[in-house]
Amino acid sequence: MNIHEYQAKEILNSYGIPIPRGRVALTSDQVERAAKMMGGRCVVKAQIYAGGRGKGGGVRLIHHPEEAQEYGKELFGKNLVTVQTGPQGLKVRRILVEEAVEIAREFYLSITLDRSSSRYILIASADGGVEIEEVARKNPERILTLSIDPFIGLRPYQARKIALELGLSGSICEDCVELILNLYRACLEKDCALIEINPLVVTKAGWLMAMDAKITFDDNAVYRHREYPDMMDYSQLDPLEINAAKYDLAYIKLAGSIGCLVNGAGLAMATLDVLHEYGGEPANFLDVGGGATREKVAEAFRIILQDCDVEGIFVNIFGGIMRCDVIAQGIIEAAGAVGCNLPIVVRMDGSQVEEGKKLLQESGLNVQIGSSLGDGAARIVDMLKREVC
Amino acid sequence: MSILVNKNSRIVVQGITGRSGLFHTRQCRDYGTVVVAGVTPGKGGIHIEGIPVFNTVAEAARYTEANAAMIFVPPPAAADAIMEVIDAGLGLAVCITEGIPIRDMVPVKAVLQGSSTRLIGPNCPGIITPGECKVGIMPGHIHTPGKIGVVSRSGTLTYEAVKQLSDAGLGQSTCVGIGGDPIIGMNFIDVLNLFNQDSSTEGVFMIGEIGGGAEEAAAEWIKQNMTKPVAAFIAGVTAPPGKRMGHAGAIITAGKGKAADKIRILQECGVVVATSPTKMGEAMLEALKAI
Repeated sequence: MNIHEYQAKEILNSYGIPIPRGRVALTSDQVERAAKMMGGRCVVKAQIYAGGRGKGGGVRLIHHPEEAQEYGKELFGKNLVTVQTGPQGLKVRRILVEEAVEIAREFYLSITLDRSSSRYILIASADGGVEIEEVARKNPERILTLSIDPFIGLRPYQARKIALELGLSGSICEDCVELILNLYRACLEKDCALIEINPLVVTKAGWLMAMDAKITFDDNAVYRHREYPDMMDYSQLDPLEINAAKYDLAYIKLAGSIGCLVNGAGLAMATLDVLHEYGGEPANFLDVGGGATREKVAEAFRIILQDCDVEGIFVNIFGGIMRCDVIAQGIIEAAGAVGCNLPIVVRMDGSQVEEGKKLLQESGLNVQIGSSLGDGAARIVDMLKREVC
Repeated sequence: MSILVNKNSRIVVQGITGRSGLFHTRQCRDYGTVVVAGVTPGKGGIHIEGIPVFNTVAEAARYTEANAAMIFVPPPAAADAIMEVIDAGLGLAVCITEGIPIRDMVPVKAVLQGSSTRLIGPNCPGIITPGECKVGIMPGHIHTPGKIGVVSRSGTLTYEAVKQLSDAGLGQSTCVGIGGDPIIGMNFIDVLNLFNQDSSTEGVFMIGEIGGGAEEAAAEWIKQNMTKPVAAFIAGVTAPPGKRMGHAGAIITAGKGKAADKIRILQECGVVVATSPTKMGEAMLEALKAI
C-alpha cells in the first residue's frame, strides 16, 4: 500500500526526523495562501502515487504566491505523466507547499526487505536526489548497504559507520546516527515494505532534513494499523481495483479487451501470457483466489463487466477439489443479472465438470467451453475476431 | 523414494478446528495421509473426526510421534505457529497460510537457519508425494506416481503443470509448492538439491514467476550442480512493471525480476524453458530426451 509524500513525511517527523515546514492544499487558493505563509518563495509539489515527479513537471520552485496559485490551477485535475505512471498518468488532487530550503549536500537513505537474505537492509549513498537505480547502474561503488540482524537490530556503531562513510562529521554525523536508528524504528513499527528518504539533505544552515520521502506499507500488515485504510487516496487508484479490493480479489486493469477471471496468481499470469501468445489482449489480471467460491466468481464477473473496454471474457478455473457446477452457477447468476451477451469462454477443471458444462450450455449465454488452457485462449480470441467482422 | 514426505510421515495439523483446517485435514486423510494429531490452543483434550487435539505442538509430538506439521493458522498467529514447530524439533513445517506480515517472517527465517526444521511456504499449496502422502491443499487426483520432481512458486499453475505432465505420461516423485511470498522457507535450490540426491527422481520441472532473483540463483546452481535434466516455465512474461500480481512477491521493481531475464539465464544454464504455459509437458519431455 502506497501513501503520499506528505503523509510519509508526517510519519518521519513523528519519529523525530526533521522535515521542511509545509502545508497540504486541495485548491489553488489554498496553494496561494500556503505560499504566502512560507514567505512567497516555496516549493510546490504535486502529490501522486508515483515517483519521477520532478522531471514530469509536477514540482516547481516558486517565487511569488500568485505564481503558486497559477501553478496550482495548472496542476489540479491534471493527469501528471511521469516515467513511473504509464502513459495515462495520475490525477493530481493534493498539492504540498513547502518552504524553500537552501541545500548544501544531498544523500540517499532507505530501508527495505532484501529478499535474498530475508532481512531488512539499509541502503545509503552520498549521491542523493537522483534515482538510486541510476546510481546502482552507473556508480555501484557509491552505494553503501548494511544487512540488519533481526535479533541484534541496528546498532549505533553501525549507523555511525554509514554516516562517516557518507562523509559526515561532528554533530551532524551524530544527528545522522540518531536519524538512521529512528528510521529503522519507524520501518518496524509502521510495517514498511520500503521507507525511503531521497534526498536527505544537509541545509546551508547546517541541519539534516528529509526533503522527499516515500513509504510503502506491507499489505499483509495493514490489518494491525487501523489508521492505514483512512490514509489511502482512492483518487490514485483505478475505481475497478478499489471495488475488487473490497471483495478481496486481486485485480489489475490492463489495456486490452479480453476480461480474465482466473483462480490463483500464477495461473492468472500464465493466462495473460497465453492470451498474448494467441494474439489476444487481456483487459485485466484477476485472481479470485486458489479456492474460488460461487460468490467470489459472481463478484469477479460483475467487476469485469463494469469495465467498458471488455469485449469478451475468458474464465480459467483449475480447481481440482472445487465443484465446477457451483462455479458455473456463479457465472450464470452474474452474467444473467445484467443480460450479458458478450462472448464467454469457460475452461474449468475440477469435480462435476460435466454438470458445470451442461449448466453453461443450457444457460442461453454466448458461451463456449475450452477443453484446455490453449484451447480456451484460442476460442476466445477467435470469438472476438468473429464479433468484429 | 521421494523427498520430504512419504507413507511414513505422521502429520500434526495446526489450526485443525478452523474451517479450512478441518476441510483439508479430511481431504488429506482421504488421500491416504497419516494425520495423527491436531493443535488448537485452548481446545486440547477434544477429538475431531477421531483425531486427538492438543494445546501445543510439543505435546502432540510427544504423544503421537508426529514428525511433520501442516499449518492453517490465520496470519496474525502463523509466524508463531512456525516457530513452535521449530522449537518442538519436528523435521518439516508446511505453512499454507497466506498474508503473514514481512516483519513477522524476518525473525522466523533467522530462527530456521540455525534449526533442524525445514519450512515449506508460507502462502503455498503444500507438498505431495503421489500415492503416498499429501500435506496441503492441492487436488490429489491429478497427480500420478512417477519420476519427475516438481518445484513451484505458484499454486494453481502447478496443478496445470502437473496435469500436463501426467497427460504426457510423466508421473511425479514429489511436488513441492515453495510459496509466493517474498520470504519463504525452502527455496528452489534447497528443493532442487534434494531432488538431485533422490534416486527415484529422474528429472525436475520448475515453475517460477516474476519478482525477486530466486530463479536466477537456481539457474546458476543447476549449471554447477544438477546431474538431472531440468525444464521450467516462468509466468508473467506480459506482466506490467510495478504492479503486485496477486502474490506478495510477484512484482517487478526497478527493472529487476523480469520474466524475460529469468528465462534467458535459465536457458544459458542448460534448462529447457517452455515457451508457453500450454507446453510445460512438452518442455519436460524435451529435457528428458536431451540426455
